[in-house]
This record gives sequence, structure tokens and C-alpha cells, in this order.
Amino acid sequence: MNPQEYIAEHVQGLPRSGIRDFFAIVSEMPQAISLGIGEPDFVTPWKIRESSIFALERGKTSYTDNRGLLSLRQEISTYVEKHFGPTYDPRSEVLVTVGVSEAIDIALRALLNPGDKVLYHEPCYVSYAPSISLAFGQAIPVATNPDDSFALDPDAFEQAWEPGCKVLMLNFPTNPTGGTADREKLEKLAKFAVEKDLIVISDEIYAELTYEGEHLSIAALPGMQERTIFLHGFSKAFAMTGFRVGFACGPDWLIDAMMKIHQYCMMCAPILSQEAAIEALRHGSEDVARMREQYAKRRDFVVRRFNEMGLHCHLPRGSFYAFPAVSASTGLDEVEFCHRLLREAEVAVVPGTAFGPHGQGHVRASFSTSYEKLVKATDRMERFVDQVRADGESIPAAG
Amino acid sequence: MSDLLAMIQETRDPNPASLAKVLGRSVDEIEGELQTLKDNGSLLGWVPLVHPSKTDGDQVRAVIEVKISPEREGGFDRLAHRISKFEEVEACHLMSGAYDLLVIVRGKNLHTVASFVSERLATIEGVLSTATHFLLRPYKEHGHLLGKDGDNSEKPAVSA
Repeated sequence: MNPQEYIAEHVQGLPRSGIRDFFAIVSEMPQAISLGIGEPDFVTPWKIRESSIFALERGKTSYTDNRGLLSLRQEISTYVEKHFGPTYDPRSEVLVTVGVSEAIDIALRALLNPGDKVLYHEPCYVSYAPSISLAFGQAIPVATNPDDSFALDPDAFEQAWEPGCKVLMLNFPTNPTGGTADREKLEKLAKFAVEKDLIVISDEIYAELTYEGEHLSIAALPGMQERTIFLHGFSKAFAMTGFRVGFACGPDWLIDAMMKIHQYCMMCAPILSQEAAIEALRHGSEDVARMREQYAKRRDFVVRRFNEMGLHCHLPRGSFYAFPAVSASTGLDEVEFCHRLLREAEVAVVPGTAFGPHGQGHVRASFSTSYEKLVKATDRMERFVDQVRADGESIPAAG
Repeated sequence: MSDLLAMIQETRDPNPASLAKVLGRSVDEIEGELQTLKDNGSLLGWVPLVHPSKTDGDQVRAVIEVKISPEREGGFDRLAHRISKFEEVEACHLMSGAYDLLVIVRGKNLHTVASFVSERLATIEGVLSTATHFLLRPYKEHGHLLGKDGDNSEKPAVSA
């Protein structure tokens, strides 16, 4: 019996996550300082946790409406209108999901016929290309430019477009680069989406963690709400990763199509997480502001330290990741850099190529950790980088 | 609040060298500003944050509600300052409501605190009455939970 014969071919063809491989090594080194964590280091604010406990005490242990609790959808509608602009009907245009990851999956499955093409910017969150493959779509990655702080580049999308493109996926601020999208470029991209009749899936999970300027959603631009699925969730801004709750907003016909899949594969998001999400939207804004302020200070620190040690690092305008260039100044490729840094300096960062080939030469370092650890980790990195450079200079030139 | 004061409160690290590193300034600059903050009374000193029941041994603490007579000149200030000067007094606040001063007292045992209240505090002229409540068990001190919170032992060391 060959077990592989039983696994669907498109699943066999999925690459292993570069992050998973790295996780296996780091988990054997408990003394290492990890800057590889893709989630907040803050515990969920107590008032949010407590609301979930209260719901449990009251015996709220049932399924909910497939679309999510109506009270939560109403809060989502109010929150999105206040912070992002577009108005969505909580009864027909909002769907509560198990995190944004589920929302991305069902949005793609609802939209793609086999072979339909999806444009997305890269480096990007690890699930985008696999989710497109699992929906039998064809991924068309579009590189963002390190010289432009990995910001949105509408011209690159226009150049990458080809017949058969149906969906445009966006994630600003971006995991792993912290890149953002300004109004002018977003307007240009919106015009392109209309011209090419593209549906936009906009993952704005890091929107509240924008440090420079105002976050602008593409769904708020004229003519875009009708062709955009706006995705958001509670994991990052409200530090609720383990609750697994997010949401999708969009035109009713798109939400209906996503609902068809959601009702069969997921049924509904956990009710206790939905109760916590209601509390987060009603009373969590001060907590979000407090955490954002902390992240901003830590960002300034790590970016300064990376540049001081000669690892060129742009200022991420959002998210909680720095994405320094390591290969240019050390001569090591990003995977070797990460492995040696872990073995020799006991600091874990993630190779940029875990987020797509365009992450080459970079690593992702999360600044969602305490100052104490950030200071130690960057000191260790500096010694490591100095040593690598010294070793490189002592090798006689070939020939 | 200055960025230095905010950082000291956040990191609880008074070391000028590490503060200089985090804030991207020179050690001399940080030391100079710390001195200015001390001189102008903004920075009163360093308080180590300790777990009371792990460090106090058998020491006890009590919250005492004190009623006092206000005075023609100065109101409650003179008596409040006088009470505050006792070594046994950790904190003293003028309160609104049913009593005037809330005094937190520390002593090596119940008897010591009781003696302090009956012999030193209650006998001060102008002190009208006292009501003493002994603290039984601390759960939070200076904003820090004393029990375990945020158990992230199973959080992945690397994640997407």
C-alpha cells in the first residue's frame, strides 16, 4: 500500500510551510529568544475574557445562527462603518467566521472555477498561495518592492494582469513586511479592478495596527464596495488569536455564496468567542490603542537596532513585524542566516522566503515581545552579524 | 509624561545603559534627565515590586479608616503629614466619604499594628476615631496580578 496514492493530488502538491520546518527546530531550543511569533504577546484584555466566562456561566453553549449572532453582526456593522466607512446590512452582508483564515478559504472557494487566476502581492501571509491552490485557482504573485518599503504598487498589478484573472487579494498592512497602501495608489488599484472586472478580497486584519497615517480600506472607495469582500478579525488588534473569530463583509450575493460553504464546513464560529468579540467591539478600543502605542515604540527600537547593526530595515508602517534585509550585508541567504542565528546566537527569526520567493534576502522579526527580550535578542543578533562579517573578511579571495 | 518616565514605568528597569539603548539616546543624556526628574520631584525613587506573602514573612498589613478634625488653617494637612511620618505607615490618603484618612500600616504581627493604632495613632490630638481592617490575602499589587495569568506555555515559538 502506498499511502501517497490515497492523498488527493492537489494536496500532495502543496508545499510544506517553511514556518513549520523552522518551528520544529525552535521548539527543541527552549532557551532561544523567539522573534518568530505571529501573534500579540499581550494576553486578551480581561474584560473580553470575562465576557466569555460570563456567557459560559449562563449556559451559552449552543450553535448560533450560521451567519453568527445577530448582536455581533450588528456590532460589526457599526464598527466597520465607524472605522472603515462602508455600511453593511448585518442581516445579509456580514458573516462571522472562524478567523480570517476561514473567510479567505471560503471566499476563494465561492469565487473560483478551476484555473481562474488570483493576483496578490508578495511577500505575503503564508496561506494565500495554498488557499488559492486548494480552491483550484492559479496564483499570480506580484512582487512588492523593498526600496518602496514593500508598499502597494498598482503598476505592478497592471503589468502582472493576464486574461483569466478574476480575483485580486490584498493585505494591507502586510504580514510579513508591514507595508501599507496610501490613498493615491489604492485609488489607482481600484480603477484597475473595475476596468478588469476583478473581485477584491481585502484582508485588513492589521488595520488597527497602523502607525503612520490613516488606514484606508479599498472597500471605502467609490464603486468598490459592490466588488469587495472586506475581511477582518479580532486576533491581532484585540489580541484574541486563540478565540478564532473573524468576519467577512460584502455584497449579499457574495456573502450568500460564502455562507453556502460555511454552513456545511464550519456551521458557525464558537459562541463563546462570538460573545467575547461583542465585548471587544463594544469596549475594547482603549485596549487596542494601548497595545498599538506599545507596538509603535517597540517597532522604533528594533528597526533602529537592525539598521545600527547594518541590516537595512525599512520602517514598517503597520503590523507588528520588521522585515530587515540580511543577505546583502552578511552574504548569507535568508535560510542560512536564520539557521545559523538560531544555532549560534539562540535567536529565532523567520526566513523571508517562508512568505514567498520575493521575500528572498530578508527575514521576518516580530516586535510583539517584551523590551527585555527585544534588547537581548538584538544584542545577540548584532554580535552574530559582526562575527559573520569578520569571518567573511578573513577568508582570502578566491583565485 | 516624558518618554523616559514612561519607559521606566513600563520596563521597571532603572539601568541608564539599558534605558539609553531602548530610547536611542546616550547614557550621559539619560543620567542627566534622571537627575533633573529627581531634582524637580517627578521621580521620587525606585521601588522594588515584591510579592508580599513571599517576602514579608509573618508581617501583616492593615487598612485604617481615620476620622480627624479639620483645623482652621490647613484643614487636614497638618495631621495627615504628622500621621504619614510614622515609619509604620506605608500610605496615607485624604478621602471623600465616611472617613477622612485612609492609612495603610505594616507591622511584624497583629499585636504590633494594634499597639501602633491604639497607642500612637488614636492618641494624636485631633484623631476622632479609627477603624482597623487587616489585609488577609493579596491578589494584585501595584497593577500586578499575584496569581498566574496569561499561561502561554503552549504557545508556538514560531507561527505565521
